Amino acid sequence: MASDTATPLRPGFADPTLNAQQVFRRLLEAMAQPGTLSELDCPLEPPRPLAPATAAAALTLFDGDTRVWLDGQARSPEVETFLRFHCGCPLVADPKAADFAICLAWPQDFGTFAWGEAAYPDRSATLIVQVERLEEGPGLRLSGPGIRETAEVAVSPCPADLAPRWAAMRAEFPLGLDLILTAGRRFCGLPRSLTIAEA
Amino acid sequence: MPTSHTAASETETTSAEPAAEAGQTQQPPRGRPDPARQRWLSVLAKSPREELEALAPDSLHSLTWRSLRAPEIGTLMLRGRTGGDGAAFNLGETTVTRCSLEVEHAGQSLIGHGYVLGRDKRHAQLVALLDALLQHPQQREALETCVVAPLEAMQDARRRRQARKAAATKVNFFTLVRGDD
Repeated sequence: MASDTATPLRPGFADPTLNAQQVFRRLLEAMAQPGTLSELDCPLEPPRPLAPATAAAALTLFDGDTRVWLDGQARSPEVETFLRFHCGCPLVADPKAADFAICLAWPQDFGTFAWGEAAYPDRSATLIVQVERLEEGPGLRLSGPGIRETAEVAVSPCPADLAPRWAAMRAEFPLGLDLILTAGRRFCGLPRSLTIAEA
Repeated sequence: MPTSHTAASETETTSAEPAAEAGQTQQPPRGRPDPARQRWLSVLAKSPREELEALAPDSLHSLTWRSLRAPEIGTLMLRGRTGGDGAAFNLGETTVTRCSLEVEHAGQSLIGHGYVLGRDKRHAQLVALLDALLQHPQQREALETCVVAPLEAMQDARRRRQARKAAATKVNFFTLVRGDD
């Protein structure tokens, strides 16, 4: 009988059109000014273990035409039901086939995702990486388009070898991945055009 | 929701979703359609709003529920088939309103979906509320007899009336002599 409530379904945005536009604006700002954190400004109670910012980015960017890959920690019936119901996005098992990925842990290897092709660098994946803490301050030193000189952002957890791995990817520019870091209600964009150094 | 180019995928969602999201009480396993629920959703979706309002129990108005997907208007591609085995073709688009909500009733949380033709948001909401309540084992029987059965009877009567009207205009053609034999 009513043993388990199966997979409870969480509501999405209160006003799907308006909230998605607001979040899209926040994501644009995050990508245009890397290192400047932007903050989610609408209420959202996402399914665990997604943070509000992660779920908001998903609700804004995913639809029936985007293939989405979830990492081991994100893959739960509750999250899958939430994404299928609200975004209608196909969930894929192969990270290479994904347009977007939700990573609750930093991926071991950026190479498992699509970096695009020389003729179509846009055919690459965008990773939404959820971390525990994001602050403006000493941590990663970012430079590149959208930053006057350098910007510093503290990310935790953060893999020790992020800078060399990023540099290896940067060498393949314009191929590569774009990252959206999320923590709680905050976003930080790491577009592929950046140069990252440990501060 | 959907602009016209996403309508095709919406078509699939419509049929798959109510069953896939069922996952409550003694429903069949996820993804397997529940024939009883398919039947009442079909009856509810085809009933005009006035009939739903008239037959819906008073308890419907005192329910506590929260919205999972506020009523929204979109379009669906209607597909047809020429003859019994012809290729499918797109007949045209129609306006559809859908709504999903979660009802807390007697310690259970039930998810109801409503899809109706037209642009009436309250109509879709009523269907979703009734769908949620109908999944509650203690409510189902009463609702089946007081709401679903009468609605179905009215639909049948409507259909028969229309069929009679159409039948009255039917013209039969007889071929008395065929030219070729």
